[in-house]
Amino acid sequence: MKLNELTAHEILKGMSEKCINPADVYRSVREAIKTHDPKIHAYVHHEDDGIAFDEKKFGRFPIPIAIKDNICIKNYPTTCASHILQGFRPPYDATVIKKLREAGLIFLGHANMDEFAFGSSTESSYFGVTRNPWKLDCVPGGSSGGSAAAVAANEAIWALGSDTGGSIRQPASFCGVVGLKPTYGRVSRYGLIAFASSLDQIGPITKDIEDNALLLNLIAGHDEMDSTSADIPVPDFTHALTKDVKDLKIAIPKEYFVEGIDEEVKTSIFDAIELLKAKGAQFKEISMPHTAYAVATYYILATAEASSNLARFDGVQYGLRAQPSQQRRTPIIDLYEETRHQGFGAEAKRRIMLGTYSLSSGYYDAYYLKAQKVRTLIKQDFDEAFKSFDAIITPTAPTTAFKLGEKTSDPLSMYLSDIYTISVNLAGVPAISLPCGFAKNGLPIGLQIIGKPFDEEMLFRIGHAYEQATEWHKKRVSL
Amino acid sequence: MKNYETVIGLEVHLQLNTQTKIFCGCSTQFGREPNSQTCPVCLGLPGSLPVLNEQVLLSGMTIGLALNCTINSLVKFDRKNYYYPDLPKAYQISQYDFPIAKEGFLKVETGGQVKKMGIIRAHMEEDAGKLIHSPETKSSLVDYNRTGVPLVEIVSAPDMRSAQEAYDYLTTLKLLLSYLDVSDCDMEKGSLRCDANVSIREQGVQVLGTKTELKNLNSFRAVKNAIDFEVQRQIQTLEAGERIIQETRLWNEEKQITVSMRSKEEAHDYRYFPEPDLVPFMIETSMAEKARQALPELPTEKLTRFINDYKLSLYDAGVLVQDKNLAFFFEACVKAWNNPKKITNWIISILKQELNARRLTIAQTKLSITHFTELIQKVENGTLNNLTGKEVLTHMLDTGKDSATLIQEKGLTQVSDDASLNTIIDQVLAENADIVHAIKSGKENAIGFLVGQCMKKTQGKANPKKIGELIKGRIHNVSSS
Amino acid sequence: MITKKDVQYIAHLSRIHLTDEETEKLTTTLEDILGYIEKLNTLDVSTVKPTSHVLPLQNVFRRDLPRPSLSQADAIKSAPESHKGSFKVPQVIE
Repeated sequence: MKLNELTAHEILKGMSEKCINPADVYRSVREAIKTHDPKIHAYVHHEDDGIAFDEKKFGRFPIPIAIKDNICIKNYPTTCASHILQGFRPPYDATVIKKLREAGLIFLGHANMDEFAFGSSTESSYFGVTRNPWKLDCVPGGSSGGSAAAVAANEAIWALGSDTGGSIRQPASFCGVVGLKPTYGRVSRYGLIAFASSLDQIGPITKDIEDNALLLNLIAGHDEMDSTSADIPVPDFTHALTKDVKDLKIAIPKEYFVEGIDEEVKTSIFDAIELLKAKGAQFKEISMPHTAYAVATYYILATAEASSNLARFDGVQYGLRAQPSQQRRTPIIDLYEETRHQGFGAEAKRRIMLGTYSLSSGYYDAYYLKAQKVRTLIKQDFDEAFKSFDAIITPTAPTTAFKLGEKTSDPLSMYLSDIYTISVNLAGVPAISLPCGFAKNGLPIGLQIIGKPFDEEMLFRIGHAYEQATEWHKKRVSL
Repeated sequence: MKNYETVIGLEVHLQLNTQTKIFCGCSTQFGREPNSQTCPVCLGLPGSLPVLNEQVLLSGMTIGLALNCTINSLVKFDRKNYYYPDLPKAYQISQYDFPIAKEGFLKVETGGQVKKMGIIRAHMEEDAGKLIHSPETKSSLVDYNRTGVPLVEIVSAPDMRSAQEAYDYLTTLKLLLSYLDVSDCDMEKGSLRCDANVSIREQGVQVLGTKTELKNLNSFRAVKNAIDFEVQRQIQTLEAGERIIQETRLWNEEKQITVSMRSKEEAHDYRYFPEPDLVPFMIETSMAEKARQALPELPTEKLTRFINDYKLSLYDAGVLVQDKNLAFFFEACVKAWNNPKKITNWIISILKQELNARRLTIAQTKLSITHFTELIQKVENGTLNNLTGKEVLTHMLDTGKDSATLIQEKGLTQVSDDASLNTIIDQVLAENADIVHAIKSGKENAIGFLVGQCMKKTQGKANPKKIGELIKGRIHNVSSS
Repeated sequence: MITKKDVQYIAHLSRIHLTDEETEKLTTTLEDILGYIEKLNTLDVSTVKPTSHVLPLQNVFRRDLPRPSLSQADAIKSAPESHKGSFKVPQVIE
């Protein structure tokens, strides 16, 4: 196996046994980027400028990592794959970046994404699409499509993504890697360019469960710069990898297996369930009655928050500034309107407009307030389930990766591809996607495990036990 | 012309005197280089997040309690969305439906009676930056140092019925706030700002008239004049058969008129919603009660106590309490030398004038309590006369030195040895033989004139009491010889 | 029912200039999306409390202690236009 195809725990073991030099790993990953990225386009910024490291001074974890383009790296281009942030180099590091620097990680660059994380296919990036390493005419999923594709294409050992409605799990599923959305409040959001503040979380994308636990160890924890970060102890997540799932109670929500689900996906999930049953886990079908309302609720709340979060991109302080050739209103309003006209892509405009509409005078109660109430009901579905169960298992997405361009002209069908992941963000609970098979078309299928708030250990425990009995996570793409 | 009633409500924005901004650790100091007191949070840079400064919540609570408000048990922040170059996030973090304080009142002495003015609410929010219009570059320049300085906005009920009432409300409010020590309340520096909502209606009508909002009011005097002008303008508008337009009007200090601010006529649709980056704040009854206990003595309480404890007149107590620093100075003096009456006299009739002439507050001078009370005692026991005492005080204010030193330095020692005094008295008696004669024939009062002449010759350094006694003795001796 | 006029109003509130073509297209897609969102109206939420924060966190403060600010140069480093330490914008007329 090539060095860039290894997992981090393999590299770390090799380092301790003196048979792997991290500089070689780094070079092999850089080489892969050079060779494959022109095809895959997982990265939007991968020049060394600003993130170069000293080969002679390795830290504890000299693991080459890709960072989603919405996480601030000091003095390094951070653009959310948007034209409007062109040239923006933040004067500060996100808290997760600070932590990773301290741990000695090696930053490879910024990974592609849907513009401002608005999308499920990475097709709305200003810099162009990322391709699925397993099948180049298919999307990698989104919005953290660049991050997931980089790991899958062995152009990074690890990646950080962000997940607002499935943006880590769905691309992980489409690219055959492991992606975790931690509990809301588990990882600091300071320095994550906000999409929807009450839903966003940064999370690890890796090749297997053990690596995921290792990376979460490094980024989790309370941050005094983030009022919404939970001040609770962080366990060593690798201790959860006990291989034991005996007598665990796992729920299967029937609403996740109705219309729209691909038969192959369904079969793979039930195969996984059988496998875990054989290891002693207990399964029961339950109902989560408000599942069908999640997408509608999400698109009101997330776009409302986004409309406000993205209001600051107005051409005054940083990024793009544009002025129309002829005056339309006042010079300053023209500057705002033209900058935002040129700077935002179609999907960003659509979401800002939708969010502004639902907050605007006369519509707040009918849309925003109502959605906040339905959010309560959706959260109650999870509270109820977790009274009797340790975890919930569902597919991550109803299908495998779809074709490039297949859904770009129909926003609503694109929104519905997140149908299995969105509720988790609304409820704030953690969930992981891990590979559980391949469809006949050669594309990976993802299994989603959902846990109680701050019980990421349960996800790792079940996921790891599943990995012990399968080989899916060991499959590497050949490019 | 019909009879109209004026209805005024005031919105006061108060900058708090915390060390750091409301949501970040940047300093709140005034007057620094542009954009040198900023960080990713107050610049609203992508990815940054706010964390509430605890002191802002405490000050907000203090203000609410002093205004007899109910403190909300659930306090939260909301975003107020609008675009303006001085607002870096294009939303202001403010409070919409759960402000820190609601439903209070302020008792205001106005027109010879005490009127209770309602307080609708007090809420916390962040200040915006400063926009400087630069003719030189034909552009506007933005300085974000002020962005994120904590504000408390105090919204009154529309309870004022004249510009004078509004003026008295502001004066009373400012005095109260100065006692709370939460702000320097300096209108010139912009740490206290006021907008006025003004409408008129026919006498007897219950429904409120259409209001205009007056801005750019840079002094209490401006508030009064602007309201007076606006009321007349509104009356003339209605009398001419036209309608009042609900709008914002700017006070033009130079021309003493209000002018419509057309550029802000954009429809306001602030799209308030709960700030997802800040968590709610629960204020337990015990916490509010603790804050209530910790309230300092307020002006009205101090007034009553001064009258009762120190037997001051209502007028004297009033003068002292009007100036928080003077009131505290007074009490400290009384502690050093228990003679409230004399101290009050000196403060009100001498010290206050000296301060006014210098445009200083007591805290800005070098005057020490011990020096001040020692000085009064020296005058009382005759070591210094009143005039010299006053002169010593002026030097004290400027130098901070004690009276002994100043008397020495300025050669102000009293001429009190009999020999020197007698020489002067001899001269004066000789020059005023007719007066001496008059005294001898029983016009004892005329001695005062002779004392005055002696004082003149000593340039005020003599003890007038002593001179009086000596002159009396001399005239009696002369008459008896 | 969302009209072209609504879209124009929302676009201005959002400070986004739209071409006529964009306005047309957005009118249709927003109409579609809002139509889908209509399904929330089948739920009775009259007695349900809204959720703004999914975590039961409260009273998160910082102490009133100064932290270092950015330098003026760093603060305006990314500015499209600046003048003597300030961000420069077209003249704002009042």
